[in-house]
Amino acid sequence: MKDRKLSFFLKSKFSGDNIFEGAVGLFAIGVLIIALLLFGELYLESGLSRNAFGFGFLTGSIWDPVSEVFGALPFIFGTLVSSFLALVIAVPFSLGIAIYISELAPGKLRAPLSFIIELLAAIPSVIIGLWGIFILAPFIRDYLAPPLSTYLGFLPLFQGPMYGLSMLTGGVILAIMIIPITSSISKEAIQTVPIYQKEGALALGATGWETIRMSVLPYARSGIFGAVILGFGRAIGETMAVTMVIGNSARISGSLFAPSYTMASVIANEFVEATSKLYISSLLEIGLLLLLVSVIINIIARILVSKLLRVEGGGRA
Amino acid sequence: MQNKITVNDLNAWFGAKQVLHDIDIGIEKNAITAIIGPSGCGKSTFIRCLNRMHEVVPGAKVSGKVLVDEMDIYDSDIDPVDIRRSIGMVFQKPNPFPTMSIRDNVVAGLRLNGVKDKNVLDKTAEESLRKAALWEEVKNDLHKSGMSLSGGQQQRLCIARALAVEPEVILFDEPCSALDPISTSKIEDLMLELKEKYTLIIVTHNMQQAARVSDRTAFFLYGKLIEFGETDQIFKKPEEKSTEDYIIGRFG
Amino acid sequence: MKWNKRKLTDRIMSGMSAACVIIAIIPLVSILYTVTINGISAINLDFLTQLPRPVGEPGGGLGNAIQGTFIVVGIACFIGLPIGILSGVYLSEYGNNRFGRFVSFVADILTGTPSIVAGMFAYTFVVLYFKSFSAFAGGVALSVLMIPIVTRTTEESLKLVPGSIKEASLALGIPKWKTTLYIVINTGKSGIITGALLAIARISGETAPLLFTSFGNMFWANGLDKPISTMPVQIYTYAITPFPDWHTKAWAGALVLIVLILVLNIGVRFVTRRKYAM
Repeated sequence: MKDRKLSFFLKSKFSGDNIFEGAVGLFAIGVLIIALLLFGELYLESGLSRNAFGFGFLTGSIWDPVSEVFGALPFIFGTLVSSFLALVIAVPFSLGIAIYISELAPGKLRAPLSFIIELLAAIPSVIIGLWGIFILAPFIRDYLAPPLSTYLGFLPLFQGPMYGLSMLTGGVILAIMIIPITSSISKEAIQTVPIYQKEGALALGATGWETIRMSVLPYARSGIFGAVILGFGRAIGETMAVTMVIGNSARISGSLFAPSYTMASVIANEFVEATSKLYISSLLEIGLLLLLVSVIINIIARILVSKLLRVEGGGRA
Repeated sequence: MQNKITVNDLNAWFGAKQVLHDIDIGIEKNAITAIIGPSGCGKSTFIRCLNRMHEVVPGAKVSGKVLVDEMDIYDSDIDPVDIRRSIGMVFQKPNPFPTMSIRDNVVAGLRLNGVKDKNVLDKTAEESLRKAALWEEVKNDLHKSGMSLSGGQQQRLCIARALAVEPEVILFDEPCSALDPISTSKIEDLMLELKEKYTLIIVTHNMQQAARVSDRTAFFLYGKLIEFGETDQIFKKPEEKSTEDYIIGRFG
Repeated sequence: MKWNKRKLTDRIMSGMSAACVIIAIIPLVSILYTVTINGISAINLDFLTQLPRPVGEPGGGLGNAIQGTFIVVGIACFIGLPIGILSGVYLSEYGNNRFGRFVSFVADILTGTPSIVAGMFAYTFVVLYFKSFSAFAGGVALSVLMIPIVTRTTEESLKLVPGSIKEASLALGIPKWKTTLYIVINTGKSGIITGALLAIARISGETAPLLFTSFGNMFWANGLDKPISTMPVQIYTYAITPFPDWHTKAWAGALVLIVLILVLNIGVRFVTRRKYAM
């Protein structure tokens, strides 16, 4: 390094590296700020409602903008029941899809099938809702509800008149919408099962199905559970499609044939028209609840799914 | 005989694990020095300490002195980036930049250090590729992806890339371990040519290779420098028992 | 005998899981089919370039909604892409510490934010502040949905860049920041583009966050601080009316939107495929 000047080697405190790291670091802080603002804004702006109703907001079943009494129970009920219904329908299908694509399908079909199923997730909610109003709701009214009420009509779940827009329709449309995420994460969970796990069962003379049931599914169960929870989180926050088909009636009914209302739907329908401060604040509190619940669900799901990824890492080593 | 690099009391760690112990060695100018030893003996770590690449790994630490032309590269005033421009490196597996053409690979170091003149870049690309004995094979395909070359050609491309920034020392970290015998012999011939102008250090687990190309050889074991001397002497009359054991194939 | 029963179960269960796939594909096929059949007849040059007309008047189109969607998505990209990509660069290249892992976790959780909540946020944050619905507020709402997706996909695709490439660059005496900016990002760019395109596809169809941010408008866009029409909101507005004529317009709008989104999604497939071909 003979003729290079010594000053050339002197290290500057404000080197390009520090500046660059600081600059991109600011953007990373930006992500945290967005999360904080999201919570902060909804928390502050819902203060009026929290002060007025306290915990009674969660248990009150009267939603009356005229006399300014707001209880969110009908919406919480509608959200939980429709999302649960969606899981009941979607989970078996998602598992079937995940098993078929990762274990049974011919190699050439796997990628295209995954792509087609995931394409469903790319279709905008409002278009699924449009289809729901004009195709799915009449189909359920004419072809699914009659046999249900004929054969299972002794259950309160399937009683009463069915006009198409109902809790059942909402649940079915949510199920369609969460199948892509639930099945693709379940598929990833199943694909992390090491080959020796399967060979162990196959070597004992197990059939393909027995191998799946005895060694694949138990091994992948925490990942599959994470997939189910993520699907639940998706269903809870889903707005447009369900708003368009669930009927939007703030009454709690035991029948799936009756119309219902969800937390996201009431915000979509009433937020623009809400005039009084308390009304807006109450809707914001519903939004805050929605955010909190989906954050908690996502945290649980991530923990379950990341456990799975760690198992995968160990399996490879 | 003049030493280009003098290492005094060099220690290196990965986290809490010490991988180099008290290394003292002098590297001769315009010569090839081979570093041999079994896997995990610290030979790769040693040469990575010579261009401050060791510290790139999280948790890695170094102590001691490495004098290049009497200047300590671990002096607190010194930017490792400048050291690496003067001390080039060729890695175990060829690693051309996958999104760049052959020409762009060669001049990447110059370009990212601010040279913009197209004529200078073209000239450097040709010179470096000639020095790396690759020019005749690629002169009509300079715009093609570096990944389109064979493994041996990719490695010579990496050598050309290292030469383009005009280093004084070039470190070779098992440069032929991923190559076939013909490519290997091309790289060895190339090294013998390069030593006229550069100081070369090669880490290798292949003892014939060390014997073929190097002027002096250092034997490392368990992170310590066991023996260092003229290559002939190390291979024919090693002074240490463990050197002899290693050379006649008793372990590693 | 027992063996036969086991084999039968195997066949039945395999058949059932194949049936799951087929049944799950039916809604997709039905949606694409009905949207095409019901929408195609209403699509013509006027539909794509004219303003909407009041109910009962024939003709008119979604020209302003198409324009508005591009504007609102453009604003979201303008805010969201730099924040998303650069924070992803930080997480991948400098984020191997507590702070980095925490940000990555938060971004992960934010990807699950219900879209309507993002709309409420933009309402309280932008609409209340400027006292007006606006294209800008819509863009802010969409950028909140976009940023975590882009952050995580950028992080993941840069982490896939082999360490040997970074070492090669550092060993040439290229500083780390230039290595990151010109070598690492360049090598991982197809992944970053994929993530950005998927995020754009996702937000282009979002309706809920726009209902009370960009709101709607029957005219051409006249400023980012004014309400603006968008395709998803316009489709929704038409769909829930009782007028068959508007239903047809909703289907046609849905067809335009779906084509746009499918083009983005399938385009992404080609970007990624080229990466593997290399």
